[in-house]
Amino acid sequence: MSPPPVSPAPAQSGSLRITDLHVTYGRSVRALHGVSLTVPQGRIVAVLGSNGAGKTTLLRAVSGTLTLHRGTVDSGTVHFGGTRLTGDPARSVAAGVVQVPEGRRIFGALSVEDNLRAGFLGARRSGRADRHAARERVFALFPLLAERRRQAAGLLSGGEQQMLAMGRALMAAPRLLLLDEPSLGLAPLMVQRIAAIIREINAQGTSILLVEQNASMALALSDRASVLDVGQVRLEGASADLAETDEVRRLYLGESYDVDGTADEGAMSPAASSTARPATEPGLTELSRWNG
Amino acid sequence: MIKLAETILNGLALGSVYALIALGFVVIFKASGVMNFAHGSLLLFGGYVMARLHDSIGFIPAVLAGAALAAALAGLVQLLATRGLRGAEIHTLTILTIGVDVLLSTELNRRVGADFLSMGDPWGADVTQFGGITVADARIASIAVAVVVISGFFAAFRWTRWGLSMRSAAADPEAAALMGIRLDRVRLIAWCVAGALAAVAAVFLAAFPAAGLDRTTSQIALSAFPAAILGGMDSAAGALVGSLVIGLTAAMAAGYQSELSVLGSGFADVAPYLVMVLVLLVRPTGLFGSKELTRV
Repeated sequence: MSPPPVSPAPAQSGSLRITDLHVTYGRSVRALHGVSLTVPQGRIVAVLGSNGAGKTTLLRAVSGTLTLHRGTVDSGTVHFGGTRLTGDPARSVAAGVVQVPEGRRIFGALSVEDNLRAGFLGARRSGRADRHAARERVFALFPLLAERRRQAAGLLSGGEQQMLAMGRALMAAPRLLLLDEPSLGLAPLMVQRIAAIIREINAQGTSILLVEQNASMALALSDRASVLDVGQVRLEGASADLAETDEVRRLYLGESYDVDGTADEGAMSPAASSTARPATEPGLTELSRWNG
Repeated sequence: MIKLAETILNGLALGSVYALIALGFVVIFKASGVMNFAHGSLLLFGGYVMARLHDSIGFIPAVLAGAALAAALAGLVQLLATRGLRGAEIHTLTILTIGVDVLLSTELNRRVGADFLSMGDPWGADVTQFGGITVADARIASIAVAVVVISGFFAAFRWTRWGLSMRSAAADPEAAALMGIRLDRVRLIAWCVAGALAAVAAVFLAAFPAAGLDRTTSQIALSAFPAAILGGMDSAAGALVGSLVIGLTAAMAAGYQSELSVLGSGFADVAPYLVMVLVLLVRPTGLFGSKELTRV
């Protein structure tokens, strides 16, 4: 990949502060119970946890889409920079916080180009030149999207759709990107590519909050991480330290994990390991399944 | 041969009016998932405003006023639905439109009574003849106006920010919201556009050879319903094609009534629904209804 043009680093301070957040769905199902978390400007922070731990709920609270799922914030606050995010998605986007939803959720019937244009609709700076610059940046990160710009997005492969979903979010020039399970259902090689792209986006000055079940990938990428379990933060610390703790090794990384190794060997979480993977991928025959 | 040409022209004119109505159905359905059963009353409301105003302010301003007020009323229904019943199911909102329809049509029926209201349109009962074919001017006008309005609609749908917001929100509301698209605003505009389109259709439903706007006009408007379903309910292009099919079918069945007398005298009213059922038997999602576009 050719080095993309470096985007101007955001001038204002932009750190995300989640303070003592309580969230319930439908007034009875408690999803988050006093979660606090900080994403310092320019960093990658990972949130790990199994299904139902509240990871997606946490992202919804930040992006403001809880109400679409009948969820409410009972107490606690979410601040980004100087702005308090109050549960209005358009406001979050305008503040510079954009989420890539789980499962990609691209607009399948629209062309790749229209998907990207849609990503620009809520952008803070909405001039024609800004749109052009945003699109050039996305095409530099994902040259493949430039080649397929006229295709219907639904015809892209899973990995390409993930790239489009990320590119679409980047069109709004976010200062903080929320990624919900970007590795879900992707082949290991594609997971590596996505990881490299996440690193590149971060290097260009965008903070990242990464929610993942693929703990090895998330810990290898992030500076800090939190482990979420039944709506509460169980562990929190530097990613390198977390990867060494027994609990994380046993629950999320499997026995054969190597901290410096590639992000996709023997390190799958329960959900990810059950997804179909092509047996012809090199280096996968000895894939050790999660056996906790 | 002349009769066939006349029938086809009539069918196209009817289809163009249906298209204005069916597009409204489709736009509302795409934006908010609601089947708007109050559409016929909205149309009658727009027409009623025009009929009352044209004497004092002239025909064109009356049409604009009728379209604007019908748009405002449709927007009000949407605001009522989203603000008043926040979080209600789509089905609840659909039922709500039936309630709105009952209220609105009752009041309009009371006001219109048994009268036929003139729209004050400039075409009157004039006809144009060429090559032995006789067509009412109002029908030529309806085709022309529909072509202009619908082209404008499709251009907006394809190229404007609203159109893109609309298509995104229809494809995946949550993903669209995550892009910063304001769903409430997209829906509000969709309802207003649909209301305005219905009001424009009212002009031509009431124009010659119809006697004028009367309380059954809203029921005629419901013939556009099979057109929208036939086209696929969530496809604007489908609504257009469906409207032309339904319009031609209705005109044919009416024009050749004597030849079709074996089927009974009311066949022209039934024919659109018959076509709809036949198409749905072959293509359950309608002519252009969304099939999932997925890679295998």
